[in-house]
Amino acid sequence: MDSKADFEPWPEAPAHPGQGAAGRAAAAADPAPGGGKYVASSVRGAAKILVVGPLGVGKTTLIGTVSEIKPLFTEAVMTRAGAAVDTPAQSTKTTTTVALDFGRITIDEDLVLYLFGTPGQHRFLPAWRDLAKGALGALALIDPRDVAASFDALGHLEDLDLPFAVAVNVFPDSPQHTEDELRMALDLLPGTPLVRCDARDGTSSNQALIALVRHLILAATESP
Amino acid sequence: MTNGPWERTSPVRPYVITGGRAESAGEPLSWESLIMATDAAFPATLQPEHLAILTHCQGLLSVAEVAAHLGQPPSVLQVLLADLLEWGLIVTRPPIPPAERADVTMLRKVLSGLESRL
Repeated sequence: MDSKADFEPWPEAPAHPGQGAAGRAAAAADPAPGGGKYVASSVRGAAKILVVGPLGVGKTTLIGTVSEIKPLFTEAVMTRAGAAVDTPAQSTKTTTTVALDFGRITIDEDLVLYLFGTPGQHRFLPAWRDLAKGALGALALIDPRDVAASFDALGHLEDLDLPFAVAVNVFPDSPQHTEDELRMALDLLPGTPLVRCDARDGTSSNQALIALVRHLILAATESP
Repeated sequence: MTNGPWERTSPVRPYVITGGRAESAGEPLSWESLIMATDAAFPATLQPEHLAILTHCQGLLSVAEVAAHLGQPPSVLQVLLADLLEWGLIVTRPPIPPAERADVTMLRKVLSGLESRL
């Protein structure tokens, strides 16, 4: 029913190295989520949250553990039209191709939430501008073994003025940074939430999203 | 359905599918916009790619989901969706507009929805 086209417009879903067996298993299972394909007909609108961070930090895993649909991949061809107006051109390329994965959470009978995984590298900034439009906020994932890899992503969020929370994805061999060390390394504002999470665990990932949304509510009620 | 129109098409570059148009006239539908096919009868001359979208949209789906299911970049889909909208063959439920980003009521809804999953 959901048969693939005879041709492949682009290569198969990109490999996401280092994101653990859990993510791969989740992606392999449940190839067709049956009756769950469609959003409930009572839903009247959609909201979105970006999940950002460097490749391999666990974005796909986190989205997979909280999504009610099998995470999907799509490849965006982003033109720089518009982006060039408000930013100095970083390159002469007019299009950027970026693979994005996303998942879905039904919030209640009339609202559905999409999570878009967005890679952090600078060349993906045009994709961010499109996706960040209308986003509630972002969850920035940090790999404690390579904190610096997330600097670009955090910089983009600050440039786009998108409120965010930071979640440290705990890996088995993670070094034990203190909260103060991480806050200093990431140069976080005192109000920015910093939580630990295990992207392979649905409850833990959900709690990271909850920390973000609580922060968004606080930010929205503080600034008139 | 088992042999949808999309599957019968030959490999063509995206701009051929969109008739050379890179973007639609109005503001393109955002990736999280929800769309659904209407009951309106469609012309027999409908392009296979348009038909494939209608086949996949028997219920509500986001633009991103339809793009992923069909294996087309959302940018191509946005052009085709603009056609279908104009012809009255699909309806959309617009996403929360950016102005409502700080809508506390909606954020509280999201929060309680997430908390109910714990």
